[in-house]
Amino acid sequence: MTTVFPNRILPYLLLAPSILLVLVFFIYPSAQSVELSLYLVNRVRDVRVYVGLENFQRLFESAAYLDSLKLTAIFTVIVVVSSLTISLALAVGASQPIKGFGVYRTMLIWTYALSPSVAGVIWALLTDPAIGIFTDILERFGVVFNWRRGQTDALIFISMAATWKILGYNILFFLAGLKNIPHEVLEAAALDGAGPWRRFWRMVLPLLTPTILFLLIMNTLYAFFETFGLIDITTQGGPGRATEILIYRLYLDGFRSASRIGLASAQSIFMLVIVATLTLIQYRFVSRRTFYQ
Amino acid sequence: MSVVTASTAQTKVVYAGRWRHRLYPVVMHLIMATAVFLVTFPLLYAFILATQQTSMGTLRPGSALIENATTAWQRVHMGRLMVNTLIVALTVALGKIFLSLLGAFGLIYFRVRGGSLILALIMLTHLLPLPVRIVPTYDLLTKLGWVDTFKGLTIPFFASATGLLLFQQFFRTVPTDLADAARVDGAGPFRFFVSILVPVSRTNIGALFLIEFVYMWNQYLWPLIVANSDRTRQVQVGIKQLVATDSVIEWGVLTSGALMIIIPPLVVLLALQNSLMSGLTASTEDF
Repeated sequence: MTTVFPNRILPYLLLAPSILLVLVFFIYPSAQSVELSLYLVNRVRDVRVYVGLENFQRLFESAAYLDSLKLTAIFTVIVVVSSLTISLALAVGASQPIKGFGVYRTMLIWTYALSPSVAGVIWALLTDPAIGIFTDILERFGVVFNWRRGQTDALIFISMAATWKILGYNILFFLAGLKNIPHEVLEAAALDGAGPWRRFWRMVLPLLTPTILFLLIMNTLYAFFETFGLIDITTQGGPGRATEILIYRLYLDGFRSASRIGLASAQSIFMLVIVATLTLIQYRFVSRRTFYQ
Repeated sequence: MSVVTASTAQTKVVYAGRWRHRLYPVVMHLIMATAVFLVTFPLLYAFILATQQTSMGTLRPGSALIENATTAWQRVHMGRLMVNTLIVALTVALGKIFLSLLGAFGLIYFRVRGGSLILALIMLTHLLPLPVRIVPTYDLLTKLGWVDTFKGLTIPFFASATGLLLFQQFFRTVPTDLADAARVDGAGPFRFFVSILVPVSRTNIGALFLIEFVYMWNQYLWPLIVANSDRTRQVQVGIKQLVATDSVIEWGVLTSGALMIIIPPLVVLLALQNSLMSGLTASTEDF
């Protein structure tokens, strides 16, 4: 910027609250997470013993934790792929320049206002063995669906509810991305004889790359963390451990047990590494392959 | 030969034109209406169930909506929880907007030594979502005596990399003439901030408000851990209580409770969706 107010102290005062908050509530607890992960902690007896990397060792030797990691990966891929595909298709449909389509644009984004826990309640209702219309329809085709009993059914259940809830958010961002594509570009391509299918793959999709990458990372974080409410209100990780994704495991170890704080902290650090890697990959990818207008 | 090809091509264009004008919009309307119906159906079904005295799994609406809603409202003190959540969502949304406006103003309109370092520090928060530091943050809250208080529900959320980045990028597109003119007129930085910068940022303020309000209204994990008395309890946790009250789920009561807590974020979404849309599609052309 060329124009600068001459004050020397003022800008630091303006930034001070933000910096202070970041240091107190982000940096300090994260450092504490690292420290705690090296200890065996018992909250009830108020003792802690230094154990080095033992928590991490225990973590990666635990079959239950590795299962949870695998489950989280599968769940995340299902949610991210299905929600991005469905919402892109719906956004492209709703953004057609046809009279009256503004209504669809509004009516497709409303699931954004829903919380994952409410989405969980609504899908629990749809799939209830006694009164759920979804289970009812499936039964007519001879399929029995019960997520309280079947482990695969439970994974399908949380995936469907989680995907449905995030559609609104994705469609909103896709609609904005599509609006950013200049109409002349598409019209010129159409005049050159490119059909709608070809225009989509060759022009629309490449121009949407920044939006897709942004949503990819946001949806991954959503599946990782935000779906906690959905799971806690419905399956609570069950049946067995069928829906115990990483964040749920962390909650159980960190807040439902007195002696697993160290183990929970090790899980925190591991999740931090995953999140950081994903975010950094995204930044790198975006700066390389983004189509700036 | 070439004549024939040309005429075929022309016919094709004409056909495409007819298809485009008549049938295409009708087919698209059918497809989109079906899609909207499918996406909205789960909510519709929940609404029908909320009206039934005893849940039957039928699509016939009952007449017990008020009764069910009243039961849900009284059972978990929904009025209190709504007020609690409103306090938290408004405080965090406005607090974040205010702090990130201030921060971005400092970074863009002044000479800040180490400015990029400060920005990097704040950007670091992107890598540290609450779950990866949740145990120590809870311990910190205990030390501060903030467990089960509104401070504990709001202040840890105040720092906002998203907001700072949003306003920082936006301020770069604000013409420098505006600041120059203000300075020539003898306006100090605060005058410029309040009477020029904040008003021209209103679209982005609206967009950020929508995102943060919905985000905070829908918080679940943190309130579950730190807010467990009626004094501070949040609506999402209230829904969990509705599920957990009995071994047999009263669907009418549960769904009516779930539906009523959707209303506030839905109202905010409808009111501000255009702000968010233009905030997301904004470019320098606005000036």
